[in-house]
Amino acid sequence: MTRRLLLLVPLILFAGLAVFLYRGLNHDPVGRESALIGREFPGFSLATVADPDVRHDASLLAGKVTLVNVWGAWCPTCREEMPQLMALAEQGVRLVGVDYKDTREAATEFLDTLGDPFAVNLFDPDGTLGFDLGVYGAPESFLVDRDGIIRYHHTGAIRPENVEQEILPRVQRWRDD
Amino acid sequence: MARRLIRTVLLAGLLTALLGVAAAATIEVRDFDDPQLARRYTTLTHQLRCPKCQNETIAASASPIAADMRERVAAMLEAGRSDREIQDFLVQRFGEYVLYRPRLSPRTWLLWGGPFLLVGLGGGILAWRVRRRTTPRALDAAERRRLDALLESEERS
Repeated sequence: MTRRLLLLVPLILFAGLAVFLYRGLNHDPVGRESALIGREFPGFSLATVADPDVRHDASLLAGKVTLVNVWGAWCPTCREEMPQLMALAEQGVRLVGVDYKDTREAATEFLDTLGDPFAVNLFDPDGTLGFDLGVYGAPESFLVDRDGIIRYHHTGAIRPENVEQEILPRVQRWRDD
Repeated sequence: MARRLIRTVLLAGLLTALLGVAAAATIEVRDFDDPQLARRYTTLTHQLRCPKCQNETIAASASPIAADMRERVAAMLEAGRSDREIQDFLVQRFGEYVLYRPRLSPRTWLLWGGPFLLVGLGGGILAWRVRRRTTPRALDAAERRRLDALLESEERS
């Protein structure tokens, strides 16, 4: 009887492998957890898109739950997520933009056409802050809590369902915390 | 037949060479004064994985982030930082994902130890089976009686 059961071992192994590989088919290889979750937002000193003479550092993020969105006028996916960012801003979420590897002209035109949901837009033409954030392709968004700790990371466009299911609940959670 | 084989091999070689040229054309040439640094640069960039691409080293990738990373590796080498420091710097930002040669840690011990574990397991099973098949076993009383009976009937006939 036990010998008979042993014959089932290859079948079980096959089934296990099949499930594993099938899951891999639907697995998104681009989205993966940021190495910065639970860590402090990296230090920076950057001017804003609006004014080259106004500089901000990491104290910009202190005291208020903020969604930091890395974007660029050159990035079509960033265009796609603008309505969702506008909706978030309307619901009282504080947004800080990082204009990544961009020019002031292109960025200003982008905001004029699509609306400007950002409280502040940092200008990062060389991508230095982006590099320290581990950004490998815009858009990426980071939720930062009141103490300046990164709590959540989203790669790619924020879709309407992400707003409802992921971002708003987390903003609420870290506000209550 | 042989001529066709030679032609195929030559064609394959030519295509590979062309692909190499195409890939190299997108990557900048970097000069180091110290040949030691140049060697370390080559080794490091071939062991770091581009975070944007699913399976390319930063040495081979044409994506902008890979270029940024090469730039940073070169700058840190020039500044006298160790290989380990450079890897740590990139892992802190982009995660363990960028290491093509994962470090030995509780999360990766199965990855590193798995092959040895499997070889040990397979070897163990093999040894057990071979031994079971070759070790002679004494007959028990019932078998002995049956053998005697058989031999007896053989002799009688």
